[in-house]
Amino acid sequence: MRVRKNIATSDEGFLFNPTTGDSFSTNAIGAEIILLMKKDIPTSEVIDTVCEKYDVDRALFERDLEEFTLQLKGHSILE
Amino acid sequence: MEKIRYERPFIIKMNAGLMNKFGTQSVNEPVTHIESVSVKGMLSEYGSPLFVISEKQIRRNYQNAVRIFKTRYPKVQFAWSYKTNYMNAVCRIFHQEGSWAEVVSGFEYSKALGNGVQGNKIIFNGPDKNDSDLILAAQNNSLIHIDHYDELYSLIRLSEEHGLKPRIAIRVNMDTGIYPKWDRFGFNFENGQAWNALTRIANSDNLELVGVHCHIGTFMLSPTAYAVAARNLCELAWGVKERFGKMLQYIDLGGGFPSTNTLKGAYLPGTDTVPSIDQFADAITDVILGYGFKHDELPTLILESGRTLIDDAGYLLGTVLATKRLSDGRRATILDFGLNSLFTSLWYDHKISPAQKLGNQTEEMVMFGPLCMNIDVVRESITMPLLQKGDQVVVHKVGAYNMTQWMQFITYRPPIVLIDNDNNTHIIRKGEDLKYMEELEQIPEHLV
Repeated sequence: MRVRKNIATSDEGFLFNPTTGDSFSTNAIGAEIILLMKKDIPTSEVIDTVCEKYDVDRALFERDLEEFTLQLKGHSILE
Repeated sequence: MEKIRYERPFIIKMNAGLMNKFGTQSVNEPVTHIESVSVKGMLSEYGSPLFVISEKQIRRNYQNAVRIFKTRYPKVQFAWSYKTNYMNAVCRIFHQEGSWAEVVSGFEYSKALGNGVQGNKIIFNGPDKNDSDLILAAQNNSLIHIDHYDELYSLIRLSEEHGLKPRIAIRVNMDTGIYPKWDRFGFNFENGQAWNALTRIANSDNLELVGVHCHIGTFMLSPTAYAVAARNLCELAWGVKERFGKMLQYIDLGGGFPSTNTLKGAYLPGTDTVPSIDQFADAITDVILGYGFKHDELPTLILESGRTLIDDAGYLLGTVLATKRLSDGRRATILDFGLNSLFTSLWYDHKISPAQKLGNQTEEMVMFGPLCMNIDVVRESITMPLLQKGDQVVVHKVGAYNMTQWMQFITYRPPIVLIDNDNNTHIIRKGEDLKYMEELEQIPEHLV
């Protein structure tokens, strides 16, 4: 789960892929997850961090994260 | 430290191109209360899904329509279209307001009698009236609207056999310039069939010709079509007066006025495109008043409106069962109600609101019902906040036809709750259960 090095990200959730010219927008939690992913920390740590901050059931977040990851891969944001 | 409200992570690719000149439709405002009654509270008390009807809104709609017509024409009578919603509680609200009953089957006729409507205030329409229906209606002095010659001759025979003189009108079909042309009901105006039927009735000693009726279509968007219809019915009434020296008591323009729901495939929402009742009233009353009848001869104008009087008084509350992503990347939301309860999702792109405050982020999604059938689609495409399992939604403008055309299929039909004028809630139809569903079934001996 590593964000491609060339992907430009902003804290507000704006992403730009200079290779393809595509830009993306995420919600606040999506932006936070991507910033965590950029730190190359293990997935379990991403889950811990988010679950500590947000009012969410761990199982639900794990499922949502898996789907979000699939979307990011689909958009060639993750390696 | 208090935790932040969670919202599913979401990403969308931004597309360069022209902006939508109409902007994006915002449907994010949560609807937490209906007539001051909590949506969450009703769902927790009565279960999900749940139909909710507002008595106040019904009365507002009815009084508004009556005012619109009565300020333009001296003699107006509404007759509640039972097939639109024949829950007894709903019918009784209309009858309390002064509406007659308009029924199209023996079953509906019996319901109207059961709701305390006097026989002479029941209009009996439709192509399916058997001999016992006709006899009962004639004995009760109801207004029988003849649909075809077979019915006319049956009624003549029955009247002779039973010494009755029923009060009747004919239903007339015509070309009002709209498509599709409804010519399957009644007698045709253009080819002279309607006039022939009127002549036959006027010459019968056993029938009392009292009116003419038409119902030109449903969800009509053209007031002009009603002007054409009114003119044609006036021509028939005038012809009866000239030829037989008898002034008809009423002209019945039927129903068909639209609600503000958005029809599937419509470019703009119904709230922007549907003509107001005032426009229909202008079109109809201008023609009748200007036709040439003397003031004391003016026929009563009967209207059989259904949908426009009840649609926005009905809501369907439901719950998100699950969300998933489809193979093409679209978000899919599965609700606990589908086509079985919300029959009108075949016709309309219903407005659906979240029932609780959600984040500002929205996404386009398809909304499915719970049936294990591919056709069970509530909205093919709708922009909503990020819904998750357990979130509750409110479907708007479902008062017409859903509680009569709903299907018992795969699951039970939900209960219906009425919010009265004082914001008290009453169950007006219980939810179904296994006992109810199996009540009529019988098992042959060899399978016991």
